[in-house]
Amino acid sequence: MALLEIQNVTRRFGDFTAVDNVSIGIEAGEFFTLLGPSGCGKTTLLRMIAGFDLPDGGRILLKGEDLVDRPPERRPMRMVFQSYALFPHMTVEGNVAFPLQMAKTPASEISAKVEAALEDVRLTGFDKRYPHELSGGQRQRVAIGRALVTHPSVLLLDEPLAALDAKLREEMQIELINLQKEVGITFVYVTHDQTEALALSHRIAVMNKGRIEQLDVPSKIYGFPKTRFVADFIGHINLLSGSVSERQGGVITLAVEGLGPVRVTSASPISVGGAGTIALRPEKIRIQSSAPTDSPDNHYRGTVGDLLYMGDVTVYKVSIPGGTRIEALLANSQSGRAKFFEIGDAVEVSWPVDAGHLIEE
Amino acid sequence: MIVVAVHTPSRLGRWLVSGPPLAYLIVFFALPSLIMVLASFRTPGEFGGLAPLIEEGKLDLNLESYARFFSESVYAQIFLKSFGYALLTTLFCITLAYPLASLIARSSRRYRDLLLLLVILPFWSNFLIRIYAWMILLGPNAALARTVNRVLAWFGHDPVPLLFSAFAVLVCLVYVHLPFMVLPLYANLEKHDQALLDAAQDLGANAWQRFWRITFPLSLPGVYAGAALVFIPAFGIFAIPDILGGPEDSLIGNVIKQQFLETRDWPFGSVLSIVLTVVALAFAGLAAWVARGNLRTPSSARGSRA
Ligand SMILES: Nc1ncnc2c1ncn2[C@@H]1O[C@H](COP(=O)(O)OP(=O)(O)OP(=O)(O)O)[C@@H](O)[C@H]1O
Ligand SMILES: [Mg+2]
Repeated sequence: MALLEIQNVTRRFGDFTAVDNVSIGIEAGEFFTLLGPSGCGKTTLLRMIAGFDLPDGGRILLKGEDLVDRPPERRPMRMVFQSYALFPHMTVEGNVAFPLQMAKTPASEISAKVEAALEDVRLTGFDKRYPHELSGGQRQRVAIGRALVTHPSVLLLDEPLAALDAKLREEMQIELINLQKEVGITFVYVTHDQTEALALSHRIAVMNKGRIEQLDVPSKIYGFPKTRFVADFIGHINLLSGSVSERQGGVITLAVEGLGPVRVTSASPISVGGAGTIALRPEKIRIQSSAPTDSPDNHYRGTVGDLLYMGDVTVYKVSIPGGTRIEALLANSQSGRAKFFEIGDAVEVSWPVDAGHLIEE
Repeated sequence: MIVVAVHTPSRLGRWLVSGPPLAYLIVFFALPSLIMVLASFRTPGEFGGLAPLIEEGKLDLNLESYARFFSESVYAQIFLKSFGYALLTTLFCITLAYPLASLIARSSRRYRDLLLLLVILPFWSNFLIRIYAWMILLGPNAALARTVNRVLAWFGHDPVPLLFSAFAVLVCLVYVHLPFMVLPLYANLEKHDQALLDAAQDLGANAWQRFWRITFPLSLPGVYAGAALVFIPAFGIFAIPDILGGPEDSLIGNVIKQQFLETRDWPFGSVLSIVLTVVALAFAGLAAWVARGNLRTPSSARGSRA
């Protein structure tokens, strides 16, 4: 049994279902992320785990014990709030000592533990400062240090980096990964930022409208999205919809309108005539001026409609005569080379049959 | 440079804005205070008021009224008693206003305005009328006095009058000043961030600990503001002891009023007024000084629900 078991949890507000029959098992020591767009119920679920809200249906178990009768102050879990929620009238030391005092830790042990927690979050020497005398990143660290000082079994983090600027966020992400490894505490992390989720997590649950769309390791979520929603939400992707025209061994041919037949390897039991969508990452697509004549790959002629130079890569939007637009991405690995093609150039896009991933509808 | 120039109001503009209130304060506060200070050094007139300032070509200023104040301990005692009443009033107001203010701060927006309106509703009727109303409420034939005395009778106790007593004075003092404690306290509590209480609870604090370690210390600026608004007027009050108190309950406000209107010893009345002002200011200053230590970060106390 997993450390934290969420079993068929549902939460309704009036006739609106914010969390809909969610089941997750989170293992000890795991960095688990709830990922989803704004309003999909992430905070609601996290607040139920912390005990600020109770499910209308289902159970939440920690080490096999149903938590329903435990108020937040009696759950061995700690929450890191998006607004940090540092106590403004206490110093950094006072903030970090607070949970120890609440746990009736002997006064003689408190200062050593506070010291150790501040060291964990790299804030040694800041103990006498007040929250308003700290930068955003430092406040965030105090919040995490304060949550970790009592060594809870689970740390719940609600978009803890959302208020930081991009550069600091990246730094803090690396620190979070290291910190989680170091302390070995289970992290349940909430974010709507897919790159953050992919970078940090051991496993990700992608949520949409209160439900879990897919629960998997980051590479599977990225490479093998189970639903259209997941494919679309995580990064850029080409979605090619059509009906199955042929099945041959492990290769399925999909008749895509505006493009033509597209072949894809799939273990799916989908039958001829069934509807499906091929999800195809732009970086898996090759873009060349002439066709590789004799190859089993999918290949289509088109012209460059738009391009977006992004420094390290250039994104080409290729218009296929049938009407489809294919997004392809090419690394500008050669220094000084901004792009390989111009708008209006005739090109050939191609990808191997195993580059795409079939989603059944 | 241009930006700086635009944001610095011109000298004339500044005077136009601050001039009228400043003039008002000079004419109706600074000058009268100065006249009172001057009066405290003069000799009382033969038939009340003040003796001529210049007598036989000599300026008649002396310290006699001050000497009298410091030599007769009865005045210090009355000050002490008034101080005690004002302090008790402040403490009772804090105790009563705190739950009321937090109830209002926590109620839904819809009821909040209504509840605040109820708090200030008494101001719509005259101050003296409200005091006279207490005369009826506490009178010997009113339900309250009858009930109290019936209970006392069970215990074999003689009946006691509620009216014209220290009790009546205190009850009315608290009643009159309560809104002045509720309003600043509400204004403070209303701004508290629920996320802080959630965080405290999450970190293991029970309801009492959340109040004592988070809500109360963060509300102290409101408590101090309310305490100043209650303590200072309660210290100098004369109408309430006049109407509801017995002969024993005369406070410093009554004595000052007496000096000006009955005994007509203006210099001595001025001395008492000055001492009253100095003590009240010293107390308010002390409160502000204590408060500063707790007023660390009002601005960062805010945040949103995570
Ligand atoms: N107390 C409440 N009463 C009514 N509706 C609520 C309440 N709390 C949340 N909701 C609704 O439930 C849905 C999920 O809210 P939640 O805060 O869990 O979203 P979220 O996934 O955390 O979004 P975000 O990324 O914007 O923080 C929202 O549509 C919200 O309006
Ligand atoms: Mg949220």
